[in-house]
Order: sequence, then C-alpha cells, then structure tokens
Amino acid sequence: MITTTDISWGTAGKMIVDGVTIHVAPGKTLGLLGPNGSGKSSLLRLICRLRRVASGIITLGDVDITQMSRLNIARRVALVEQQATTEAQVTVLDVVRLGRTPHRGPLSPWTRLDDDAVESALTYVGMAAKRDQPWQTLSGGERQRAHIARALAQTPSELLLDEPTNHLDVQHQLEILSLVSRLPATSIVALHDLNLAAMFCDVVAILQRGRVVAAGTPEEVLTEPLIRQVFGVRAHIERSPHHGRQLIHFSLDPVGALNDRGGGFLVEQSAQAQSGI
Amino acid sequence: MSVGSINPVIQGGWGIRASLALLSLLALALAIGMAVSIGEVPIPLASTYKAITNQLFGTSFELSRIQEGIIWDYRLSRALVAACCGGALAISGAILQALLRNPLAEPYVLGISAGASTGAVAVMILGVGAGLITLSMGAFAGAVIAFILVTLLAAGAGGGSDRIILAGVAGSQLFNALTAYVVTTSANAEQARGVMFWLLGSLGGVRWEDVYLAAPVTVIGFAICLLYARALDAFTFGTDAAAALGIPVLRVRLILFGLTALMTATMVGIVGSIGFVGLVIPHAARFLVGPTHARLLPASLMIGAVFMVLADIVSRIIIPQQILPIGVVTALFGAPAFALILYRARRPL
Repeated sequence: MITTTDISWGTAGKMIVDGVTIHVAPGKTLGLLGPNGSGKSSLLRLICRLRRVASGIITLGDVDITQMSRLNIARRVALVEQQATTEAQVTVLDVVRLGRTPHRGPLSPWTRLDDDAVESALTYVGMAAKRDQPWQTLSGGERQRAHIARALAQTPSELLLDEPTNHLDVQHQLEILSLVSRLPATSIVALHDLNLAAMFCDVVAILQRGRVVAAGTPEEVLTEPLIRQVFGVRAHIERSPHHGRQLIHFSLDPVGALNDRGGGFLVEQSAQAQSGI
Repeated sequence: MSVGSINPVIQGGWGIRASLALLSLLALALAIGMAVSIGEVPIPLASTYKAITNQLFGTSFELSRIQEGIIWDYRLSRALVAACCGGALAISGAILQALLRNPLAEPYVLGISAGASTGAVAVMILGVGAGLITLSMGAFAGAVIAFILVTLLAAGAGGGSDRIILAGVAGSQLFNALTAYVVTTSANAEQARGVMFWLLGSLGGVRWEDVYLAAPVTVIGFAICLLYARALDAFTFGTDAAAALGIPVLRVRLILFGLTALMTATMVGIVGSIGFVGLVIPHAARFLVGPTHARLLPASLMIGAVFMVLADIVSRIIIPQQILPIGVVTALFGAPAFALILYRARRPL
C-alpha cells in the first residue's frame, strides 16, 4: 500500500511535484499519466526517497518513510528506472542478482533464499534461458525485462516503474504491462500511453504541472474533456469489442489548443494512438 | 565498453577460487624472489629465500654477509614496495571505474596522482608545514584537493561520466604545471634533478620505513574496499540505482574516494606518480574473473602487485648499467593498453 499526502518537491526554484495526494490499495496497479515534464518520474523518486519531499507525508503500508532506513526502504520498494543502462560487462544473471543487495550483509554468503528469489524472478519475466547473455547484446525489451526481474528479486511489496514500455515494440509493451499487472505487489507505473493504462491499470492518476488533476478508475478519469484539457488533443473514447476496456482515438485539435507544447509531439502521440494499440 | 564475448575466462566454485588465490600468492612470492635475485649482482633464487627465512623465522642457512645485506636491506624492501604500489593503484583504479562508471577512470588520468605530486613537492622543496607534516601527508592533501577540484569541475561542466575524464585532463595539466613551477623556481639544481626523476616514478631510494607505510595502507585499504564490494556492484546502473538498492551512496562514495586518494597519495609519496597501472590492471582482472567486485578487487590487487614487481625488474635490466624510471616502463605497457580500451569502447552502431 502506498499513500502520499499533499507532498511537494521542487528544484532550482521550480515546483516539480506540487501537493500530490494519491493512494494505491494493496496489490493494485496505479497508472501515472501526464505529459512530459508533469512530474511523474520525480514523484516515483520521492516515493522511494531518492529525493526528500519538501513537505507532505509518504507512507508505505502504515509506516512513514522518513522513519525508515535507506536499507529498509530498499527491502520493500523496488524501482525500475527509465532506460537505465551500463557499460559494465555484466550478464543478465549479474543484473538480477543485484536485486538481492538490500537483503544481504556485506559479508553474508549467497543463500538458497537468494537463489530462489533470483530464479523465480528470471522465470517470471521469461529470461531464464538468457541468464548468461551479456547486457550489451540484449534488445531494449530484454533489458527492460532484466530490470524488472532485478526488481522482483528484491521481493518488493511495492514496485515503482518509470515508463517501462518506452521504446519497446507493441508485443513487448503488452507483455511487460500484463506481467506487472498480474504481480501481487502494489505497483505504480508511469506511462505515456493512455490506451495501455486503460487496459492494464486498476486505477489511474493524471498529473499536470506537478498536480493531480484527476484520479480514479480509467473509466472515471479518461474522459474526452479531461484529455483535451491535459494533453491538448481531441479524443474519442469507445469500449473495445476485443478486450472490453476503453479504447481512445486521438486527433489533433484544429482550433489549436496546444497549451505550451509543440505540434510535433502531438502528431507523434496521435500517430501512435492510431496505430491500433 | 565491450562488444564480443564477455564471460570471464575463469569461473568456478569455492575450491577453484581458493586454489587460484593460493596460486596468485605463489606467483607473487616467485616474482618478488626474482626481483631480489636479478640485478647487477646476481643472486641465486635459493639464496634469496634462505635469507628471507633467516630473517623471518630465525633459520641459520649459510650465506655471505654481503649477499644477505643486498637481499634484505636493498632489494627485498624495494620489491615489497613495488608490490604494494601496484596492488594499491590497481584497486584504486577498479574502485574509481565503478563509482564514476567510466572505464578510463584511474588516479593518474583523473589528476589525483598529479595533485599528490604537487603536495609532496610543496613539502619537499617549499617546506610547507615546517617539518611538522610528512611528505605523505602533503601528498594526501594534494590528492584530496585535486580530486575535489576535478569533481567540482566535472559537475560544473554538466556532470556525467564522460565529463570527469575531461576534468581530470585539465586537473592533471594544472597540477603538473604547479609542480614544474615550484621545482623550477624554488629548487636548486640537485633537488630539481632528484625531483624530476622521482616524478617519473622511481623505486630507487626505497627503504624498510617505506614498506612499513606502504604495506599497512595497502592491506588495510584493500580490506576496507572488500567490505564495500557489494556496494560497488550496486553502482552498475548509477547512483540512483545504487540508492534504490539500499546503498548509502554519499557515505560509500566519501569513504571509497577518500581511500583511493589515501592509497594513491601514499604510493606517490614513496615512488612518484606511476601511470596506467590503475587503468590497465582492473581491465585485465575483469577479463579474467568478471565484473563482480568481490572477485575483481582481489584479482586486481594480485595482478597489480605481480605486474609492478615484474615492471621493476624490466626497468633495471632493459638497459645495462642503467635504471629506467618505473613510470616509463608502466607507460610503455600502459599506453598501448589504454589505446586498446578506447578502441574497444567504441559504441556499436
């Protein structure tokens, strides 16, 4: 369970996260939506205390994270960063084993428990056969799955993912999100794709300039007026005859309610949406 | 970096690792024995070990007093300091490469050695500290100042693992210039000649007092680094990733940066600044045992120690009747290896 109460954080005199209150019930998946720069990544970093809030309270379960040690946070919260890569010559197995770091002392040997956690994480994301493959030879989707396996090896009760589907092809996008939504952990997933959020998230929250402008089930939140207000595009929403969830079609607003974003971004979003995800 | 096969050459369980550790200790003992035996007055290897056991365990093998003197008072201390120096510089390089996430990071490239030289020269020639601070303390202060300066410069230039190397180049130039300035303006001819020779790296004047400084710094430094081996692994994907794995990033960086500065400064204070060992040895070790620091650090220590002892032998025999500065030897090996690393670091298109 993750709860943030009126949390704020800024840098260089600019508010990035501005009074955000969200709640994710145990085992549920929250989709964090919003345009570029709306504070999604920062919010995730605040929740696992990589940054400290300027004001407000964050609780995991019923514990205030300011009362927890760095190590104790890492024992229950796992973060999958956006496009985290390395030049080190590591294998998939090396990466997944990193997930055991918070559970081991500096001198304690590798245990059966560690092995089990790593094995089941590898199997869960379907990377068991590629365990010895070097990081540099992995595709974007495989790297992302390796990161998720690393996070799972951490045996988290809360899982935070920062745009895990970026730069992935459709198949991998669907695979990764269905994988995350089936996990028993309480999850927050920052996403760009509203259709993916509608398909896989129990609840969604929309961020705009650091504030939550709407939160609730995808059906309640993802409405045509709200999408126009936040993303500056026209939306047409229907129920998918195939998966039963919402299906959102986008088009550019001819009137030009572009807010402060460039047209190129919108065309790209629209093209992506029309490609039939 | 790294394309191509990356699975470590050496893999295996505890038994294999333990025998490797033993094997590397034997290799080091053999290298040190050779370093003591080879020289202007050749000494049989057996005599070398006899002299050592005579001193250490009170055995009473028959040996000429002159031979025993050369072995014990001159060559053994020199070989031991060479081993410490190679080991300490190699683990410093491995740590800097992990923390800064740059395969080219090492004390020499980052200007830490240059800073230590400036600090040592300031004490040696300018008499900074009025006799109260030793050469090594001056070197440590110089190393820390250089490191802070280079880090600030890199952060000011936008941060990132590439900037730190550029900042290091600038730092090295600055501190080398400062050293040269002090030497040319304040030293007399004899001092200047001695300092210039020492700056290139020289094991010439090494005595037992130097062993008593270098050995504890290396052994204790290594032991502390080993405690942080898992923390170093956690830096694979950067500082945020390490923090998210529960690593106290700030504390780990402060301790390990401080430790590398201390080890580098100690070695520079004794033998001058020696380049490329810290760069090349960790890569060789990684090739052999893989990137996991619990194995990489011991491997770097041992390979660095053996390499430096062998480099010392080469520096003494390559030109008859003359001793080459050891920094020249390591650079002759190191520069091509540096080029190779750069070449392999090309990003695949």
